[in-house]
Amino acid sequence: MSSKSITDITCAIPLPARDTVLLGHGSGGRLSAELVRDIFLPAFGDPELARLNDQAVVSIGDSRIAMTTDSFVINPLFFPGGDIGSLAVNGTVNDLAVGGATPLFLSVAFILEEGLSMDVLHRVVRSLQVAAEAANVRVVTGDTKVVERGKGDGLFINTTGIGLVPAGISLSADNAQPGDKILLSGPVGEHGIAILAQREGLEFETTIESDCAPLHTLCAEILSAGAGVRCMRDLTRGGLSSALNEIAAQAKVGVELNETAIPVREEVKGACEMLGFDPLYVANEGKLIAIVAPDSAENVLSAMRRNRFGQQSSIIGTITAAHVGLVTMKTLLGTTRVVDMLSGDQLPRIC
Amino acid sequence: MKYLDEYRDSTIARALAAEIAAVTTRHWVLMEICGGQTHTIMRYGLDELLPSKIELVHGPGCPVCVTPLETIDKAIALALLPDVTLVSYGDMLRVPGSNSDLFRAKAQGADIRVVYSPVEAVRIAQANPDRKVVFLAIGFETTAPANAMAAWRAKQQNLTNFSMLVSHVLVPPAIRALLASRDNRIQGFIAPGHVCTIVGCQDYEDLAREFSIPIVVGGFEPVDLLEAILMLVKQLEAGDVCVENQYVRSVTYAGNQHAQRILKEVFEVADQKWRGIGEIPRSGLKFRSEYAAYDANLVFNLDVITADEPAECISALVLQGLRKPTDCAAFAIRCTPENPLGAPMVSSEGACAAYYHYRRHVKELA
Repeated sequence: MSSKSITDITCAIPLPARDTVLLGHGSGGRLSAELVRDIFLPAFGDPELARLNDQAVVSIGDSRIAMTTDSFVINPLFFPGGDIGSLAVNGTVNDLAVGGATPLFLSVAFILEEGLSMDVLHRVVRSLQVAAEAANVRVVTGDTKVVERGKGDGLFINTTGIGLVPAGISLSADNAQPGDKILLSGPVGEHGIAILAQREGLEFETTIESDCAPLHTLCAEILSAGAGVRCMRDLTRGGLSSALNEIAAQAKVGVELNETAIPVREEVKGACEMLGFDPLYVANEGKLIAIVAPDSAENVLSAMRRNRFGQQSSIIGTITAAHVGLVTMKTLLGTTRVVDMLSGDQLPRIC
Repeated sequence: MKYLDEYRDSTIARALAAEIAAVTTRHWVLMEICGGQTHTIMRYGLDELLPSKIELVHGPGCPVCVTPLETIDKAIALALLPDVTLVSYGDMLRVPGSNSDLFRAKAQGADIRVVYSPVEAVRIAQANPDRKVVFLAIGFETTAPANAMAAWRAKQQNLTNFSMLVSHVLVPPAIRALLASRDNRIQGFIAPGHVCTIVGCQDYEDLAREFSIPIVVGGFEPVDLLEAILMLVKQLEAGDVCVENQYVRSVTYAGNQHAQRILKEVFEVADQKWRGIGEIPRSGLKFRSEYAAYDANLVFNLDVITADEPAECISALVLQGLRKPTDCAAFAIRCTPENPLGAPMVSSEGACAAYYHYRRHVKELA
């Protein structure tokens, strides 16, 4: 290769379209959204699916049924603040609850890897049962498959949940309107950092625990606190940023956040600084946002703070008519920046 | 949080911005070298706080971005060998090579592990004697000592299944190349605080004298950068030329002697290619002959792999501050972090990616 002077204009060859599934397709960010848009939605073309809510709400006779499904592939299986069992219940319960449904029934499907210790399976099942009791849901059906050693990561779980949506409740991201307030139920980033710390053997002065929790009572209390609740989202992989970017895109509105109003625990902040992560993109398993009409916002906020899983709730921003599809944030310094959707997983930075 | 909150304090930041505005009488073009500094400027919108007479241009100090295309191609080729485990820092996995990236190689079955410390790569080699473990060792002077330490440790332990694919770049030769260019517009530099924590300030004294240009060693938080800009502007307005240290909580004049010793023990200065820029003389590090057994280039005979960067994007102009990322016709349209056309869109610390992630509203709202 000939050597070039600094004034030469050079660049890399753009890569061709993606021909294989990458880990980033499971990150909940832009790559995941591409999969849904390009492969799943065109295949099924269902109008309820196309709403892209955390759950589908369908009518059978006079009843409105909420349905959702989620697979859990977490490593490590046990982590501070939870395990794959409690996660498999709470994740699905929360997806139902943020749709305004009362969670009622769960199916649980296990994919077990040959050689998995029975003790591990016992502990996971026991945790699942305790979590189901706490969330007031019944496990009514299930399935077990075993794959050869090396073809699974110990244990995968899928749960499907069914709940009932009370009459008069219709929550969806596309209800969001300019002027609505954005309420967040507590500090962000705990689950993702807890998992990473455990998986990578990172040690901090205090153990960071996952926020894994069932949010069905919080959701019910939000809904009974005011008529102006437009939609709710639980914040999972992709974090606060992905949830808000999805709402901005679906409702064709802008989002304006206030950085000083978004709570992040000191330990999480410290870990994120060390790894070069932004807590707005880190996963949560026990936090939600509610988009609420301005005149109901204070009432709903008070109700959230009374619930044990919403004590640190705050109003973090507003829905706007400006910059449709874009999430912006007033920074600590009073300047404005974009809070973009991530392409794939956040990667630890080199320096 | 100590050492963070006070450096992100809005009152202090605004007071510094006001002082900068008060002392600025004419247009000044300043460059922050390090991608971490660019990231902070964009993330906190510091350019919004500055008077319009201060123009910030973003330097080539993103180690991920400037790693040569052929190094990425070599890493991918190595990773796809059945007996090789490639170990890397996380943010290298998304960097596009000529036809693929490490994430895709991983999806094709390559054994690729992400670590937080190069010493971890040595441990992987110890624990897997049947695997040939290669560490992709990139970075500026900041990361070089830890990488040198990994090679040193491997040698101490007589490991025969460990090697490193090295692409280390040095800041002062890059500054020299920028200043020597006939198109240079830069009138003052914010030098990279973490690089100077390792190597100290001597090289920057030489540059300041040779090119009569003020240099302030700066930190990475908003208040650090505003203070560094203030110090630079004061020098420029007064016609002074010297090296000042804003980042005193980390940088000493002599730098970290232990780190410098291990660097000299393992590496020597060599010519180095920079992605998007080209070759800069004596701007990189390579293994000393005593460490040749750990040089993946030699172990795997990788020098047969070469790559040419085609001339399409304006990254060289961006890296010299001759164009802003938003001046590029492809910006945010054909060139995105998912499909980067050039080096500065690759890592979140690259100038184009920083604009894309944090400043896109400026273009959309205009």
